[in-house]
Amino acid sequence: MRFVDEYRDAGRARALAERIAGSCRPGRRYTFMEVCGGHTHTIYKHGLEDHLPSEVNLVHGPGCPVCVIPMGRVDDAIHIARRPDVIMTSFGDMMRVPGGSGSFLDAKAAGADIRMVYSPLDALKIARANPDRRVVFMAIGFETTAPSTAMTVLRAAAEGLGNFSVFCNHVMIIPAIKAILDSPDLRLDGFIGPGHVSAVIGCRPYAFIARDYRKPLVVAGFEPLDILASVHMLLGQLAEGRCEVENQYARVVPWDGNRIALSAMSQVMRLRPHFEWRGLGFIAHSALAMADEYAAFDAERVFDLPGLRVADPRSCQCGEVLKGVLKPWECKVFGTACTPETPIGTCMVSSEGACAAYYNFGRFSREQISAAAREPREASQP
Amino acid sequence: MCLGIPGELVEFVQEHEDLAVVDVSGVRRRVNVGLLADEGLRPGDWVLVHVGFALSKISEREAQAVFDYLQGLGQPYADELDALRGSDIA
Repeated sequence: MRFVDEYRDAGRARALAERIAGSCRPGRRYTFMEVCGGHTHTIYKHGLEDHLPSEVNLVHGPGCPVCVIPMGRVDDAIHIARRPDVIMTSFGDMMRVPGGSGSFLDAKAAGADIRMVYSPLDALKIARANPDRRVVFMAIGFETTAPSTAMTVLRAAAEGLGNFSVFCNHVMIIPAIKAILDSPDLRLDGFIGPGHVSAVIGCRPYAFIARDYRKPLVVAGFEPLDILASVHMLLGQLAEGRCEVENQYARVVPWDGNRIALSAMSQVMRLRPHFEWRGLGFIAHSALAMADEYAAFDAERVFDLPGLRVADPRSCQCGEVLKGVLKPWECKVFGTACTPETPIGTCMVSSEGACAAYYNFGRFSREQISAAAREPREASQP
Repeated sequence: MCLGIPGELVEFVQEHEDLAVVDVSGVRRRVNVGLLADEGLRPGDWVLVHVGFALSKISEREAQAVFDYLQGLGQPYADELDALRGSDIA
């Protein structure tokens, strides 16, 4: 119990945990998915699962943007980065994500000019400073990040910058949630909705989850108290027979989202007919590409790409982890062949990935991990 | 990846209406505030900054709470601040 005890509001957290326990109907099991990787991080960091009653089960969703990039897209990006006339720019999180033939870090070590940037606007500055090179920004992320890419492209267009393009891998949370709701693998009782994604899209896009699927959703902040309060709100809805979208994080998330961000995205980007998510497969209308009007800034049209689909390693069970079907430690390579230093799957790469969060916060001793990994279990059978 | 870090708006950049200097834990960097053009931002306001863009206007109290939370994260926050230090948006 040391984790939550280290938290400054430990007393309030314990009081909330007691109210949660009091809200559970004895004998009923409640399974809630936290969609966002930031929430997963908080849950493990503070050991929140240890403070929830046994009736409440939290499963981890697909909301780690680095985790869902398929290997073929990493290979395509490396293909571009290897060109001598190209400077590839990327967020630091992306550097160690393995493709079919290595990561950005490997390609950089082999001589490719790949630079870490904090912001797409930093990539733009590199483009201005290197007019004789072609500067590509590896754009990843959910709706939290896509507006930044869109605003950067608008700026590049306004400046008439001819040597800047975006390799667009932005994905959208709503189609992913819908795919999970339509998946037969998992029965959920409600969702802890993402925080910063909702600051952009607002709360209205979740309405179908309550209306059509009869599941409650509570948009939540990132602190331990936020997560616990959201679980309490979900239980309250179920106890009262309600299925609604509620906003626990109103101090950051406006109900209608951010008008300017949504407008920039719709101006610069268009929906892809389908996009592959690592572990989840192809999901219709789940990602963004550059709009035709901005084709000159679209790395997919500026460069010839192999565009090959690369299957995940057979030993990797990131797909099951991203859908919440398996807990990270139930994967057969977790903590043994797959560690943050030598990740096989993407969930072990990002600090928001469920596996890395589990691993880093020492939820299990290495002996327990090894024992768990050795146990045969149905989900791991081919 | 989706971290939002709180910054206090110090001043707007004269030559670019969408840029402002913010102070994040003593690190002063230019960020784009174009997404909050509807908010009537003024120096002294607090914003959540994500990959060089101010994403939400927040209260000072919320900024402090987020700051406490981020410090508790340890390495991911240190990495984010390092990345911000390396940023030079213009």
